[in-house]
Amino acid sequence: MLKRTVLFDSHLEAGAKMVDFSGWEMPIHYGSQMEEHHAVRQDAGMFDVSHMTVVDITGPGARDYLRFLLANDVAKLKTPGKALYTAMLNPQGGVIDDLIVYNLPGDDYRAVVNCATRDKDLAWMQEQTNGYEVQVKERPDYAMLAVQGPNAIAKTCAVGGQQRAAVIESLKPFQGAEAYDWFAARTGYTGEDGLEIMVPADQAPALWRQLLDAGVAPCGLGARDTLRLEAGMNLYGSDMDETISPLAAGMGWTLAWDPATRNFIGRQALEHQKAEGLGQKQVGLVLESRGVMRAHQKVIVDNIGEGEITSGTFSPTLGYSIALARVPAATGDTASVEIRGKQHPVKVVRPPFVRHGKAVL
Amino acid sequence: MSEIPTELRYLSSHEWVRVEDGVATVGITAHAQEAMGDLVYVETPEVGTTLSAGDEAGVVESVKAASDIYSPVSGEVIEVNELLEDAPETVNSDPYGAGWMFKVEVSDESDLNNTLTADEYQAQIEDE
Repeated sequence: MLKRTVLFDSHLEAGAKMVDFSGWEMPIHYGSQMEEHHAVRQDAGMFDVSHMTVVDITGPGARDYLRFLLANDVAKLKTPGKALYTAMLNPQGGVIDDLIVYNLPGDDYRAVVNCATRDKDLAWMQEQTNGYEVQVKERPDYAMLAVQGPNAIAKTCAVGGQQRAAVIESLKPFQGAEAYDWFAARTGYTGEDGLEIMVPADQAPALWRQLLDAGVAPCGLGARDTLRLEAGMNLYGSDMDETISPLAAGMGWTLAWDPATRNFIGRQALEHQKAEGLGQKQVGLVLESRGVMRAHQKVIVDNIGEGEITSGTFSPTLGYSIALARVPAATGDTASVEIRGKQHPVKVVRPPFVRHGKAVL
Repeated sequence: MSEIPTELRYLSSHEWVRVEDGVATVGITAHAQEAMGDLVYVETPEVGTTLSAGDEAGVVESVKAASDIYSPVSGEVIEVNELLEDAPETVNSDPYGAGWMFKVEVSDESDLNNTLTADEYQAQIEDE
């Protein structure tokens, strides 16, 4: 039996095609993935992300615990509500999961981890609490909506009421806050401005309806994937996993090396990899001729070696195919991708591909 | 329920074929385009290629996935739908009409005996 979010009936009502997503029955699209994609780039769209796992980390030892657990450093969070994107590594330096952690009032924290990795994440987080005065507690009482796009904040404020609107309008990018009974954060997975909103689960269907009436387009996991890929954002399980170093997955910027005295899980392994040289890096690929790059296709770099596409798709915004790939570290500006036995020349670029509705190539 | 015109024949891999005056026109069904979602790329065979029934003849790609197209009949490819190069979404909007993919001069009409009737195809997609 697949799990359902509290918005299941709302999805069916909106004409969703439902699929099995890591044990959850979730909308893949509501008719046209392309139109949903464009709605987010040009106006506003909403995604039910209630299948993701919200975890509160509280107690006097929460800060020290997270500084050990996570590869990025929560000590960087100096403004209330500020968010941090980080990897949670194993001792070998592989990525157990990627997550966002918010600083809550009183030096408590709230993390959002992936749904497919929920069980192992919670077990791992619990296991690491030894020696810290900290509680790790899942928050299944929240449903979560991502409202994304250039008009997302205005449309959400219009339905949220004055009190919440005042809080939301004050948010800086990558910052969250309690907005009455919501927790609203100016974060997302699309490369557009917008919000991720946690609401008490029983209120979610009414909020969904209000946002629909305000002209926010319901968007499925299909559009979520093309949007995040255009934005150059990783997908756990595709672009990295427990066997992949964050250094080979374009996540070097999320590793907080300073202060050198901070020990975090995986640090030793990463320092070793850095000293030795990893041999691989993540790049973006652009195929301007016809065809679509897909995960697991081979990337050939003349005189250097081979790599692999980790995520590939047709980019609805650009009108051609883009991909993320893991390739030899010495790869330059060009490579080839093998699609159905034929080699196609591609440009090697630095992601993202699209930001705030515009190509950034 | 997707449209399944009764005058056409089908493959279980979701191609349709219409034979008129010894020429077979091939496309993919309404059910297939619906399952694939927005098409972004159609690769048709080259004119002059000789196909055997069951051969891979092309590829359709949607945002989500790629899917091979098989030829229901044997013969030489005499025309391909060039409109699809710039407008692959035509297959979504008109799968049995303007979204046709290629035409084959049929060398053996008995190939059609191995295809499905509309009723048989309907029964198959209901089982999926």
